[in-house]
Amino acid sequence: MTADLAVKAAGVGKVFDTKAGDVIALTGVDLEVRAGEFVSLIGPSGCGKSTLLRLIADLDEATSGELTIFGKPARRARIDQDYGIAFQQAGLLPWRTVGANIALPLELHKVAKAEREARVAELAELVGLTEFVDRYPDQLSGGMQQRVAIARALAARPKLLLMDEPFGALDEMTREYLQSELTRIATETGAAVVFVTHSIPEAVFLSDRVVVMSPRPGRITDVIEIGLGEVRDESLRENPVYFEKVTAVREALHGVKVERANER
Amino acid sequence: MSTAGPGATRLAQWLRVASPIGVGVLMLVAWALYVEFGNAPRMLPSPIAVGEEFGLRWGIIWDDMVITATNALIGLTVGAILAVVLAGLAAAWRPIDGMLAPLVAALAVIPIVAITPILNTMFGASSQFGRQAVAMIAAFIPVFVNVLRGLRQTKPVHRDLMRASAASSGQTFRMLTLPTAMPYLMTGLRVAASLAVIAALVAEYFGGPSDGIGTSIATYAKSGRAALAWAYVGGGILIGLVFFLITAFLERLVARHAPG
Repeated sequence: MTADLAVKAAGVGKVFDTKAGDVIALTGVDLEVRAGEFVSLIGPSGCGKSTLLRLIADLDEATSGELTIFGKPARRARIDQDYGIAFQQAGLLPWRTVGANIALPLELHKVAKAEREARVAELAELVGLTEFVDRYPDQLSGGMQQRVAIARALAARPKLLLMDEPFGALDEMTREYLQSELTRIATETGAAVVFVTHSIPEAVFLSDRVVVMSPRPGRITDVIEIGLGEVRDESLRENPVYFEKVTAVREALHGVKVERANER
Repeated sequence: MSTAGPGATRLAQWLRVASPIGVGVLMLVAWALYVEFGNAPRMLPSPIAVGEEFGLRWGIIWDDMVITATNALIGLTVGAILAVVLAGLAAAWRPIDGMLAPLVAALAVIPIVAITPILNTMFGASSQFGRQAVAMIAAFIPVFVNVLRGLRQTKPVHRDLMRASAASSGQTFRMLTLPTAMPYLMTGLRVAASLAVIAALVAEYFGGPSDGIGTSIATYAKSGRAALAWAYVGGGILIGLVFFLITAFLERLVARHAPG
């Protein structure tokens, strides 16, 4: 049962020790992400959405509660490479070619060269960068760099993809294009995705479920089922159901504010 | 900028090479004219005389260049290796950094060549060691300071990536920390190369064996052979130039895909 869950968080909390005293970044987080499910975390800054992602990735340690990834503790899951991760900055190593950047996780785990090369070719194809494998990151646009980062995150065939505002620094056109690409990639690989964003349309377009979070202290305040189905293409962006869900997330996010705007 | 077209850029490139050469030639002509027609001091011969002497005595100038360049190279190599090792330790371990920082600061403010007479007396008048030691200390400082800074330049996103990829600390050092520090090492080496040559050359003025560019400049200046003394200065410039060009080339090679 629990093995079917990509992420299971029960009463997870995180307190940061700062000079000004303890800061509660997250409190009482209960969250389950099924295998293959696409879940977005959305909320204003300071709501702990990135912190939650970093706890799942074992980049930070939870101070309370229980967090398991595919039924294992987060640390074990990190060492076993059960997840791949992409950040807001592509974070490519500038002295490595695109191909060598994609291969980094494989190289770190001593995958044989021939196998590595085959996998890089496969991934470059998947993200549409086959002609660019021998280029260096500084020769690519921001959107292309982010695609390399996604390919790198997928290199070790993880069943869970963690993404921290990966399209946050891109222009709107590139962003929408990469969103469509990501839904396709997620479907093709069958990986579960936990996606941090502060964009409501982005969260609705991509997700099976949107987790709405609130700051001071960071916590989950609402979970909204999107249920727009498997196929996410451009026509979806003009679908009334899509707008309904956007409104639903906005109301959950702003609560009172939206009602007041409606009264006027 | 783009409206200027490739012709304009080629012209700009041409000017960038030609203008310093032009200025140099002008200065040589002015120098020659001053010596010919002006009231030049006896120790300032015409550049033509210096050039002739340089060609005529190339054999002995070359032998002394080899001595000085070897001293500088040994000093640079040993100083750089020592600096890299100590900077690595200081970056890995805070207490070592605390121990070394004041020492390096002290070393940086001492005029290094000032201790040469002591070293020469310590290791004997026939030993090159004093000169090499001075070059080593001079080269050590810029390499140490730059490498130590470079080892601390890894970006948080890269560190997160290595941790998320379950990289061992050895792998992180080899694949992230070291490549990040490489451009800093190269900058340090470029600065250190010039300093090592200057230190090795100037150290010769304070005793030691009677060979090397610095010793020869001093000897011929004292005996009034101005043109030969100046020809030796040219030899010193050549050493410095070679050291600079090689390290600057290495720096550019490494900086091609440097972070940031």
